[in-house]
Amino acid sequence: MAQAAIELVNVNKWFGDFHVLKDISLTVGTGEKVVICGPSGSGKSTVVRCINRLEEHQNGTINLDGVELTNDPKSIASIQGEVGMVFQQFNLFPHLSVLDNLMLGPMKARGLSRSAAEEKARFYLERVRIPDQADKKPAQLSGGQQQRVAIARSLCMEPKVLLFDEPTSALDPEMISEVLDVMVELAHEGMTMVVVTHEMGFAHKVADKMIFMDEGEIVEHGTPEQFFASPKTERCRTFLSQILKH
Amino acid sequence: MTKIVLSLSLVALLAGCSSSGTWGWYVIDPTTKSGWINITFLVSGMWNTILISVIAAAISIVVGLIVALPGQSSKRGWRIVNRVYVELVRSIPLLPMLFWVFYGLPIIFKSMGMNVPIDPFWGAIITLAISDSAFTAEIYRSGIQSIARGQREAAQTVGLNYFQTMRYVIMPQAIRRILPPLANQFIYIVKMSAFASVIGMQELTRRANELVVTEYRPLEIYSLLIVEYLILVLIISAGVRWLERRMGSDERQ
Repeated sequence: MAQAAIELVNVNKWFGDFHVLKDISLTVGTGEKVVICGPSGSGKSTVVRCINRLEEHQNGTINLDGVELTNDPKSIASIQGEVGMVFQQFNLFPHLSVLDNLMLGPMKARGLSRSAAEEKARFYLERVRIPDQADKKPAQLSGGQQQRVAIARSLCMEPKVLLFDEPTSALDPEMISEVLDVMVELAHEGMTMVVVTHEMGFAHKVADKMIFMDEGEIVEHGTPEQFFASPKTERCRTFLSQILKH
Repeated sequence: MTKIVLSLSLVALLAGCSSSGTWGWYVIDPTTKSGWINITFLVSGMWNTILISVIAAAISIVVGLIVALPGQSSKRGWRIVNRVYVELVRSIPLLPMLFWVFYGLPIIFKSMGMNVPIDPFWGAIITLAISDSAFTAEIYRSGIQSIARGQREAAQTVGLNYFQTMRYVIMPQAIRRILPPLANQFIYIVKMSAFASVIGMQELTRRANELVVTEYRPLEIYSLLIVEYLILVLIISAGVRWLERRMGSDERQ
Protein backbone atom coordinates (compact mmCIF):
# COMPACT_ATOMS: atom_id res chain seq x y z
CA MET A 1 0.00 0.00 0.00
CA ALA A 2 1.13 3.47 -0.75
CA GLN A 3 2.40 5.70 2.00
CA ALA A 4 -0.32 6.95 4.34
CA ALA A 5 -1.31 10.59 3.83
CA ILE A 6 -1.82 11.04 7.55
CA GLU A 7 -0.60 8.81 10.32
CA LEU A 8 -1.18 9.43 14.04
CA VAL A 9 0.51 7.10 16.50
CA ASN A 10 -0.37 7.24 20.20
CA VAL A 11 -0.98 10.97 20.17
CA ASN A 12 -1.64 12.58 23.55
CA LYS A 13 -2.54 16.14 24.33
CA TRP A 14 -3.39 18.04 27.46
CA PHE A 15 -4.96 21.48 27.92
CA GLY A 16 -3.46 22.18 31.35
CA ASP A 17 -4.62 19.24 33.47
CA PHE A 18 -7.33 18.25 31.03
CA HIS A 19 -6.39 15.19 28.97
CA VAL A 20 -8.06 16.04 25.64
CA LEU A 21 -6.51 13.36 23.43
CA LYS A 22 -5.76 9.91 24.83
CA ASP A 23 -3.52 7.64 22.76
CA ILE A 24 -5.06 8.53 19.43
CA SER A 25 -3.87 6.31 16.59
CA LEU A 26 -5.28 6.77 13.14
CA THR A 27 -4.18 6.17 9.58
CA VAL A 28 -5.63 7.94 6.57
CA GLY A 29 -4.55 6.61 3.20
CA THR A 30 -4.14 8.85 0.16
CA GLY A 31 -7.56 9.49 -1.32
CA GLU A 32 -9.32 8.13 1.72
CA LYS A 33 -12.26 9.89 3.37
CA VAL A 34 -12.52 9.67 7.13
CA VAL A 35 -15.47 11.03 9.07
CA ILE A 36 -15.06 11.72 12.77
CA CYS A 37 -18.10 12.11 14.97
CA GLY A 38 -18.78 12.19 18.66
CA PRO A 39 -20.35 14.34 21.36
CA SER A 40 -19.08 17.87 21.89
CA GLY A 41 -15.92 18.02 23.96
CA SER A 42 -14.86 14.58 22.78
CA GLY A 43 -11.67 15.94 21.21
CA LYS A 44 -12.65 15.47 17.57
CA SER A 45 -11.87 19.06 16.57
CA THR A 46 -8.60 18.88 18.47
CA VAL A 47 -7.50 15.86 16.44
CA VAL A 48 -8.06 17.78 13.23
CA ARG A 49 -6.36 20.90 14.61
CA CYS A 50 -3.31 18.84 15.59
CA ILE A 51 -3.01 17.48 12.07
CA ASN A 52 -2.50 20.95 10.61
CA ARG A 53 -0.55 22.21 13.61
CA LEU A 54 -3.06 24.75 14.87
CA GLU A 55 -2.56 22.84 18.12
CA GLU A 56 0.54 21.05 19.33
CA HIS A 57 0.38 17.51 20.63
CA GLN A 58 2.52 16.65 23.63
CA ASN A 59 3.53 13.10 22.82
CA GLY A 60 3.11 10.51 20.15
CA THR A 61 3.86 11.15 16.50
CA ILE A 62 1.96 12.67 13.62
CA ASN A 63 3.27 12.00 10.11
CA LEU A 64 2.07 13.75 7.01
CA ASP A 65 3.19 12.03 3.84
CA GLY A 66 5.94 10.41 5.88
CA VAL A 67 7.19 13.71 7.34
CA GLU A 68 6.93 13.98 11.09
CA LEU A 69 5.38 17.11 12.59
CA THR A 70 7.76 18.64 15.11
CA ASN A 71 8.43 22.04 16.54
CA ASP A 72 11.11 22.53 13.91
CA PRO A 73 10.05 25.61 11.93
CA LYS A 74 10.99 23.77 8.72
CA SER A 75 8.52 21.04 9.57
CA ILE A 76 5.79 23.59 10.20
CA ALA A 77 6.61 25.48 7.02
CA SER A 78 6.55 22.28 4.98
CA ILE A 79 2.95 21.49 5.95
CA GLN A 80 1.57 24.98 5.65
CA GLY A 81 -0.64 25.13 2.66
CA GLU A 82 -0.30 21.36 2.15
CA VAL A 83 -3.08 20.71 4.62
CA GLY A 84 -6.20 22.72 3.84
CA MET A 85 -8.73 23.49 6.50
CA VAL A 86 -12.38 24.49 6.40
CA PHE A 87 -13.60 25.99 9.64
CA GLN A 88 -16.98 25.96 11.30
CA GLN A 89 -17.01 29.79 11.31
CA PHE A 90 -15.65 30.04 7.72
CA ASN A 91 -12.93 32.51 8.83
CA LEU A 92 -12.90 34.36 5.55
CA PHE A 93 -10.87 37.56 5.53
CA PRO A 94 -13.61 40.20 5.84
CA HIS A 95 -11.51 43.10 4.49
CA LEU A 96 -10.77 41.34 1.20
CA SER A 97 -13.03 40.55 -1.74
CA VAL A 98 -13.90 36.93 -2.42
CA LEU A 99 -11.33 36.83 -5.20
CA ASP A 100 -8.61 38.33 -2.98
CA ASN A 101 -9.44 35.83 -0.25
CA LEU A 102 -8.67 33.09 -2.72
CA MET A 103 -5.56 34.72 -4.19
CA LEU A 104 -3.78 35.66 -0.97
CA GLY A 105 -2.31 32.25 -0.17
CA PRO A 106 -1.22 31.33 -3.70
CA MET A 107 0.41 34.75 -4.22
CA LYS A 108 2.11 35.23 -0.86
CA ALA A 109 2.85 31.68 0.23
CA ARG A 110 3.33 30.05 -3.18
CA GLY A 111 4.74 33.05 -5.00
CA LEU A 112 2.29 32.85 -7.91
CA SER A 113 1.85 35.87 -10.14
CA ARG A 114 -1.34 37.86 -9.79
CA SER A 115 -2.72 36.63 -13.10
CA ALA A 116 -1.93 32.98 -12.37
CA ALA A 117 -3.47 33.29 -8.91
CA GLU A 118 -6.57 34.94 -10.33
CA GLU A 119 -6.98 32.27 -12.96
CA LYS A 120 -6.76 29.61 -10.26
CA ALA A 121 -9.16 31.49 -8.01
CA ARG A 122 -11.78 31.84 -10.75
CA PHE A 123 -11.38 28.19 -11.63
CA TYR A 124 -12.15 27.07 -8.06
CA LEU A 125 -14.96 29.60 -7.64
CA GLU A 126 -16.53 27.95 -10.68
CA ARG A 127 -16.05 24.57 -9.01
CA VAL A 128 -17.98 25.67 -5.92
CA ARG A 129 -20.54 27.29 -8.24
CA ILE A 130 -20.29 30.93 -7.25
CA PRO A 131 -18.20 32.52 -10.03
CA ASP A 132 -20.43 35.61 -10.07
CA GLN A 133 -19.63 36.56 -6.46
CA ALA A 134 -15.92 37.11 -7.05
CA ASP A 135 -15.87 40.84 -6.39
CA LYS A 136 -18.12 40.91 -3.34
CA LYS A 137 -17.01 41.10 0.25
CA PRO A 138 -17.62 37.96 2.35
CA ALA A 139 -20.21 39.78 4.49
CA GLN A 140 -22.40 40.24 1.40
CA LEU A 141 -22.73 36.48 0.91
CA SER A 142 -25.00 33.97 2.59
CA GLY A 143 -23.52 31.49 5.06
CA GLY A 144 -23.61 28.67 2.56
CA GLN A 145 -21.88 30.81 -0.05
CA GLN A 146 -19.25 31.91 2.47
CA GLN A 147 -18.46 28.33 3.36
CA ARG A 148 -18.14 27.43 -0.31
CA VAL A 149 -15.74 30.36 -0.75
CA ALA A 150 -13.78 28.99 2.21
CA ILE A 151 -13.61 25.59 0.52
CA ALA A 152 -12.45 27.23 -2.71
CA ARG A 153 -9.84 29.17 -0.75
CA SER A 154 -8.43 25.91 0.58
CA LEU A 155 -8.49 24.31 -2.86
CA CYS A 156 -6.51 27.20 -4.35
CA MET A 157 -3.53 25.99 -2.31
CA GLU A 158 -3.95 22.58 -3.96
CA PRO A 159 -3.54 20.78 -0.67
CA LYS A 160 -2.73 17.12 -0.31
CA VAL A 161 -5.26 16.78 2.45
CA LEU A 162 -8.41 18.74 3.24
CA LEU A 163 -9.67 18.94 6.82
CA PHE A 164 -13.21 20.00 7.71
CA ASP A 165 -14.06 21.05 11.23
CA GLU A 166 -17.86 20.92 11.50
CA PRO A 167 -18.27 22.77 8.19
CA THR A 168 -22.06 22.89 8.31
CA SER A 169 -22.68 23.46 12.02
CA ALA A 170 -22.91 27.24 11.73
CA LEU A 171 -25.21 27.16 8.71
CA ASP A 172 -28.92 27.62 8.42
CA PRO A 173 -30.57 24.28 7.55
CA GLU A 174 -31.48 25.27 4.00
CA MET A 175 -27.83 26.02 3.19
CA ILE A 176 -26.33 22.80 4.46
CA SER A 177 -26.93 20.78 1.33
CA GLU A 178 -25.24 23.25 -1.04
CA VAL A 179 -22.05 22.89 1.02
CA LEU A 180 -22.36 19.12 1.37
CA ASP A 181 -22.89 18.78 -2.39
CA VAL A 182 -19.56 20.46 -3.02
CA MET A 183 -17.90 18.22 -0.44
CA VAL A 184 -19.36 15.07 -2.00
CA GLU A 185 -18.00 16.16 -5.39
CA LEU A 186 -14.58 16.68 -3.92
CA ALA A 187 -14.74 13.27 -2.31
CA HIS A 188 -15.61 11.64 -5.61
CA GLU A 189 -12.69 13.38 -7.28
CA GLY A 190 -10.28 11.59 -4.96
CA MET A 191 -9.37 14.29 -2.44
CA THR A 192 -8.04 12.98 0.85
CA MET A 193 -10.48 14.25 3.45
CA VAL A 194 -10.88 14.19 7.21
CA VAL A 195 -14.29 15.54 8.15
CA VAL A 196 -15.59 16.27 11.62
CA THR A 197 -19.34 16.37 11.21
CA HIS A 198 -22.67 15.16 12.47
CA GLU A 199 -24.09 14.91 8.96
CA MET A 200 -24.58 11.17 8.91
CA GLY A 201 -26.14 11.22 5.44
CA PHE A 202 -22.91 12.68 4.10
CA ALA A 203 -20.90 10.13 6.06
CA HIS A 204 -22.94 7.31 4.61
CA LYS A 205 -22.38 8.59 1.10
CA VAL A 206 -18.64 9.24 1.10
CA ALA A 207 -16.84 7.84 4.15
CA ASP A 208 -14.36 5.02 3.76
CA LYS A 209 -13.90 4.99 7.50
CA MET A 210 -15.97 6.15 10.45
CA ILE A 211 -14.43 7.19 13.74
CA PHE A 212 -16.43 7.68 16.91
CA MET A 213 -14.74 9.65 19.67
CA ASP A 214 -15.75 10.22 23.25
CA GLU A 215 -13.81 11.79 26.12
CA GLY A 216 -10.60 12.06 24.12
CA GLU A 217 -10.53 8.47 22.94
CA ILE A 218 -11.32 6.70 19.72
CA VAL A 219 -14.08 4.49 21.01
CA GLU A 220 -15.02 2.88 17.75
CA HIS A 221 -13.93 2.80 14.14
CA GLY A 222 -14.97 0.88 11.10
CA THR A 223 -16.62 1.07 7.70
CA PRO A 224 -19.85 3.08 7.54
CA GLU A 225 -21.81 -0.13 6.90
CA GLN A 226 -20.80 -1.84 10.12
CA PHE A 227 -20.66 1.44 12.03
CA PHE A 228 -24.27 2.37 11.38
CA ALA A 229 -25.71 -1.13 11.26
CA SER A 230 -24.09 -2.59 14.32
CA PRO A 231 -22.26 -0.21 16.61
CA LYS A 232 -20.20 -2.26 19.06
CA THR A 233 -20.28 -0.02 22.11
CA GLU A 234 -23.10 1.34 24.20
CA ARG A 235 -21.70 4.89 24.03
CA CYS A 236 -21.73 4.83 20.25
CA ARG A 237 -25.23 3.37 20.13
CA THR A 238 -26.51 6.11 22.45
CA PHE A 239 -24.83 8.80 20.40
CA LEU A 240 -26.16 7.54 17.10
CA SER A 241 -29.67 7.17 18.46
CA GLN A 242 -29.51 10.76 19.68
CA ILE A 243 -28.38 12.32 16.42
CA LEU A 244 -30.42 10.09 14.13
CA LYS A 245 -33.62 10.42 16.13
CA HIS A 246 -35.01 13.33 14.19
CA MET B 1 -19.00 75.60 15.55
CA THR B 2 -15.68 75.22 17.34
CA LYS B 3 -14.22 77.85 15.06
CA ILE B 4 -16.86 80.36 16.10
CA VAL B 5 -16.40 79.72 19.81
CA LEU B 6 -12.68 79.96 19.32
CA SER B 7 -12.63 83.26 17.52
CA LEU B 8 -15.15 84.74 19.97
CA SER B 9 -13.01 83.80 22.96
CA LEU B 10 -9.96 85.21 21.25
CA VAL B 11 -11.77 88.45 20.58
CA ALA B 12 -12.97 88.55 24.18
CA LEU B 13 -9.45 88.08 25.45
CA LEU B 14 -7.98 90.66 23.18
CA ALA B 15 -10.80 93.09 23.85
CA GLY B 16 -9.32 93.86 27.21
CA CYS B 17 -6.03 94.81 25.61
CA SER B 18 -6.19 98.52 25.88
CA SER B 19 -8.17 98.73 29.09
CA SER B 20 -6.45 99.80 32.26
CA GLY B 21 -6.55 98.32 35.73
CA THR B 22 -5.13 94.95 36.78
CA TRP B 23 -5.08 93.66 33.21
CA GLY B 24 -2.15 94.55 31.05
CA TRP B 25 -3.09 93.33 27.62
CA TYR B 26 -0.75 95.89 26.10
CA VAL B 27 2.04 93.26 26.24
CA ILE B 28 0.30 91.32 23.51
CA ASP B 29 -1.63 94.12 21.83
CA PRO B 30 -1.25 93.46 18.11
CA THR B 31 -1.99 97.12 17.34
CA THR B 32 1.18 98.33 19.00
CA LYS B 33 4.63 97.59 17.69
CA SER B 34 6.00 96.11 20.91
CA GLY B 35 2.83 94.03 21.43
CA TRP B 36 3.09 92.65 17.94
CA ILE B 37 6.76 91.77 18.43
CA ASN B 38 5.80 89.93 21.63
CA ILE B 39 3.04 88.01 19.89
CA THR B 40 5.30 86.90 17.06
CA PHE B 41 7.90 85.86 19.63
CA LEU B 42 5.34 83.73 21.46
CA VAL B 43 3.66 82.19 18.42
CA SER B 44 6.99 81.39 16.76
CA GLY B 45 7.40 78.65 19.38
CA MET B 46 4.55 76.83 17.65
CA TRP B 47 6.78 75.43 14.95
CA ASN B 48 9.03 73.62 17.45
CA THR B 49 6.08 72.35 19.46
CA ILE B 50 4.60 70.85 16.31
CA LEU B 51 7.94 69.53 15.09
CA ILE B 52 8.93 67.69 18.27
CA SER B 53 5.39 66.36 18.70
CA VAL B 54 5.18 65.03 15.16
CA ILE B 55 8.64 63.44 15.19
CA ALA B 56 8.06 61.95 18.65
CA ALA B 57 4.67 60.56 17.56
CA ALA B 58 6.19 59.05 14.42
CA ILE B 59 8.90 57.31 16.45
CA SER B 60 6.36 56.21 19.04
CA ILE B 61 4.16 54.61 16.37
CA VAL B 62 7.06 52.49 15.14
CA VAL B 63 8.51 51.66 18.58
CA GLY B 64 5.03 50.90 19.91
CA LEU B 65 4.48 48.29 17.19
CA ILE B 66 7.89 46.74 17.83
CA VAL B 67 7.03 46.56 21.52
CA ALA B 68 3.48 45.26 20.94
CA LEU B 69 4.32 42.32 18.66
CA PRO B 70 6.26 40.21 21.22
CA GLY B 71 3.28 40.71 23.52
CA GLN B 72 1.25 38.54 21.12
CA SER B 73 3.81 35.75 21.04
CA SER B 74 3.03 32.25 22.23
CA LYS B 75 6.48 32.23 23.88
CA ARG B 76 6.35 33.39 27.47
CA GLY B 77 9.78 35.02 27.33
CA TRP B 78 8.70 37.41 24.58
CA ARG B 79 5.54 38.34 26.43
CA ILE B 80 7.58 39.14 29.54
CA VAL B 81 9.83 41.47 27.51
CA ASN B 82 6.70 43.28 26.34
CA ARG B 83 5.19 43.50 29.85
CA VAL B 84 8.38 44.75 31.48
CA TYR B 85 8.81 47.48 28.87
CA VAL B 86 5.22 48.64 29.05
CA GLU B 87 4.96 48.60 32.85
CA LEU B 88 8.35 50.24 33.38
CA VAL B 89 7.97 53.01 30.82
CA ARG B 90 4.38 53.67 31.72
CA SER B 91 5.22 54.23 35.39
CA ILE B 92 8.01 56.78 34.87
CA PRO B 93 6.67 60.34 35.04
CA LEU B 94 7.60 62.40 32.01
CA LEU B 95 9.61 65.07 33.82
CA PRO B 96 12.03 62.71 35.60
CA MET B 97 12.45 60.77 32.37
CA LEU B 98 13.23 64.00 30.56
CA PHE B 99 15.92 64.88 33.12
CA TRP B 100 17.31 61.36 32.91
CA VAL B 101 17.54 61.45 29.12
CA PHE B 102 18.89 64.98 28.91
CA TYR B 103 21.36 64.99 31.80
CA GLY B 104 21.92 61.26 32.41
CA LEU B 105 22.03 59.59 29.02
CA PRO B 106 25.07 61.57 27.73
CA ILE B 107 27.03 60.30 30.74
CA ILE B 108 26.17 56.71 29.85
CA PHE B 109 27.29 57.36 26.26
CA LYS B 110 30.50 58.94 27.52
CA SER B 111 31.24 55.96 29.78
CA MET B 112 30.88 53.76 26.74
CA GLY B 113 33.45 55.89 24.95
CA MET B 114 30.95 57.57 22.68
CA ASN B 115 30.53 61.29 22.44
CA VAL B 116 26.82 61.73 21.77
CA PRO B 117 25.65 65.14 22.85
CA ILE B 118 21.92 65.30 23.43
CA ASP B 119 20.49 68.71 22.65
CA PRO B 120 17.12 69.90 23.99
CA PHE B 121 15.46 69.15 20.65
CA TRP B 122 16.39 65.46 20.53
CA GLY B 123 16.24 65.07 24.30
CA ALA B 124 12.59 66.13 24.20
CA ILE B 125 11.79 63.94 21.21
CA ILE B 126 13.43 60.83 22.68
CA THR B 127 11.65 61.31 26.00
CA LEU B 128 8.25 61.94 24.48
CA ALA B 129 8.61 59.05 22.04
CA ILE B 130 9.69 56.50 24.66
CA SER B 131 7.13 57.63 27.17
CA ASP B 132 4.34 57.49 24.59
CA SER B 133 5.45 54.19 23.03
CA ALA B 134 4.23 52.23 26.07
CA PHE B 135 0.73 53.59 25.50
CA THR B 136 0.97 53.13 21.74
CA ALA B 137 1.98 49.49 22.32
CA GLU B 138 -1.13 48.95 24.44
CA ILE B 139 -3.30 50.49 21.71
CA TYR B 140 -1.79 48.08 19.16
CA ARG B 141 -2.30 45.19 21.58
CA SER B 142 -5.99 45.82 22.05
CA GLY B 143 -6.45 46.39 18.31
CA ILE B 144 -4.68 43.17 17.35
CA GLN B 145 -6.44 41.19 20.06
CA SER B 146 -9.82 42.42 18.84
CA ILE B 147 -9.28 40.44 15.62
CA ALA B 148 -10.69 36.95 16.08
CA ARG B 149 -8.22 34.11 16.49
CA GLY B 150 -9.81 32.32 13.53
CA GLN B 151 -8.34 34.94 11.21
CA ARG B 152 -4.82 34.04 12.22
CA GLU B 153 -5.60 30.34 11.95
CA ALA B 154 -7.12 30.73 8.50
CA ALA B 155 -4.05 32.68 7.38
CA GLN B 156 -1.84 29.91 8.69
CA THR B 157 -3.77 27.24 6.81
CA VAL B 158 -3.34 29.07 3.50
CA GLY B 159 0.39 29.02 4.13
CA LEU B 160 1.09 32.55 5.31
CA ASN B 161 3.98 33.00 7.74
CA TYR B 162 3.83 35.23 10.81
CA PHE B 163 4.76 38.49 9.10
CA GLN B 164 2.54 37.85 6.08
CA THR B 165 -0.33 37.12 8.45
CA MET B 166 0.26 40.40 10.27
CA ARG B 167 0.76 42.38 7.09
CA TYR B 168 -2.10 41.06 4.95
CA VAL B 169 -4.67 39.75 7.42
CA ILE B 170 -4.42 41.11 10.95
CA MET B 171 -3.16 44.68 10.56
CA PRO B 172 -5.50 45.76 7.73
CA GLN B 173 -8.41 44.83 10.00
CA ALA B 174 -6.87 46.06 13.26
CA ILE B 175 -5.82 49.44 11.85
CA ARG B 176 -9.42 50.69 11.85
CA ARG B 177 -9.56 50.17 15.57
CA ILE B 178 -6.00 51.35 16.18
CA LEU B 179 -5.87 54.59 14.22
CA PRO B 180 -8.46 56.69 16.08
CA PRO B 181 -7.01 56.06 19.59
CA LEU B 182 -3.53 56.50 18.15
CA ALA B 183 -4.47 59.91 16.79
CA ASN B 184 -6.03 60.72 20.13
CA GLN B 185 -2.75 59.86 21.80
CA PHE B 186 -1.12 62.53 19.66
CA ILE B 187 -3.03 65.15 21.63
CA TYR B 188 -1.24 63.97 24.78
CA ILE B 189 2.12 64.25 23.09
CA VAL B 190 1.40 67.83 22.06
CA LYS B 191 0.44 68.77 25.59
CA MET B 192 3.32 66.88 27.20
CA SER B 193 5.76 68.59 24.86
CA ALA B 194 5.39 71.64 27.14
CA PHE B 195 7.78 69.87 29.54
CA ALA B 196 10.52 70.31 26.96
CA SER B 197 10.63 73.96 28.07
CA VAL B 198 12.49 73.00 31.25
CA ILE B 199 15.50 71.72 29.34
CA GLY B 200 15.57 74.87 27.25
CA MET B 201 13.68 73.78 24.17
CA GLN B 202 12.41 76.91 22.43
CA GLU B 203 8.77 75.84 22.07
CA LEU B 204 5.50 77.50 23.04
CA THR B 205 5.82 77.22 26.81
CA ARG B 206 9.49 78.21 26.88
CA ARG B 207 8.75 81.32 24.84
CA ALA B 208 5.97 82.28 27.24
CA ASN B 209 8.21 81.76 30.27
CA GLU B 210 10.93 83.89 28.77
CA LEU B 211 8.57 86.71 27.96
CA VAL B 212 7.04 86.61 31.44
CA VAL B 213 10.49 87.09 32.94
CA THR B 214 11.08 90.27 30.96
CA GLU B 215 7.53 91.68 30.88
CA TYR B 216 6.19 90.63 34.33
CA ARG B 217 2.77 89.94 32.81
CA PRO B 218 2.11 86.24 33.60
CA LEU B 219 -1.69 86.42 33.46
CA GLU B 220 -1.91 87.79 29.93
CA ILE B 221 1.00 85.82 28.49
CA TYR B 222 -0.04 82.47 29.97
CA SER B 223 -3.62 83.14 28.86
CA LEU B 224 -2.39 83.48 25.32
CA LEU B 225 -0.27 80.34 25.80
CA ILE B 226 -3.36 78.36 26.80
CA VAL B 227 -5.19 79.63 23.74
CA GLU B 228 -2.29 78.54 21.56
CA TYR B 229 -2.50 74.95 22.87
CA LEU B 230 -6.28 75.08 22.62
CA ILE B 231 -6.10 75.93 18.94
CA LEU B 232 -3.56 73.18 18.28
CA VAL B 233 -5.54 70.53 20.12
CA LEU B 234 -8.87 71.54 18.57
CA ILE B 235 -7.35 71.21 15.12
CA ILE B 236 -6.02 67.76 15.97
CA SER B 237 -9.26 66.54 17.49
CA ALA B 238 -11.14 67.73 14.42
CA GLY B 239 -8.73 65.53 12.47
CA VAL B 240 -9.34 62.60 14.82
CA ARG B 241 -13.09 62.93 14.39
CA TRP B 242 -12.74 63.01 10.64
CA LEU B 243 -10.62 59.87 10.85
CA GLU B 244 -13.13 58.10 13.06
CA ARG B 245 -15.95 58.94 10.67
CA ARG B 246 -13.94 57.62 7.74
CA MET B 247 -12.95 54.42 9.54
CA GLY B 248 -16.48 53.96 10.82
CA SER B 249 -18.01 54.21 7.37
CA ASP B 250 -15.45 51.72 6.06
CA GLU B 251 -16.49 49.25 8.71
CA ARG B 252 -20.15 49.47 7.84
CA GLN B 253 -19.92 48.59 4.17
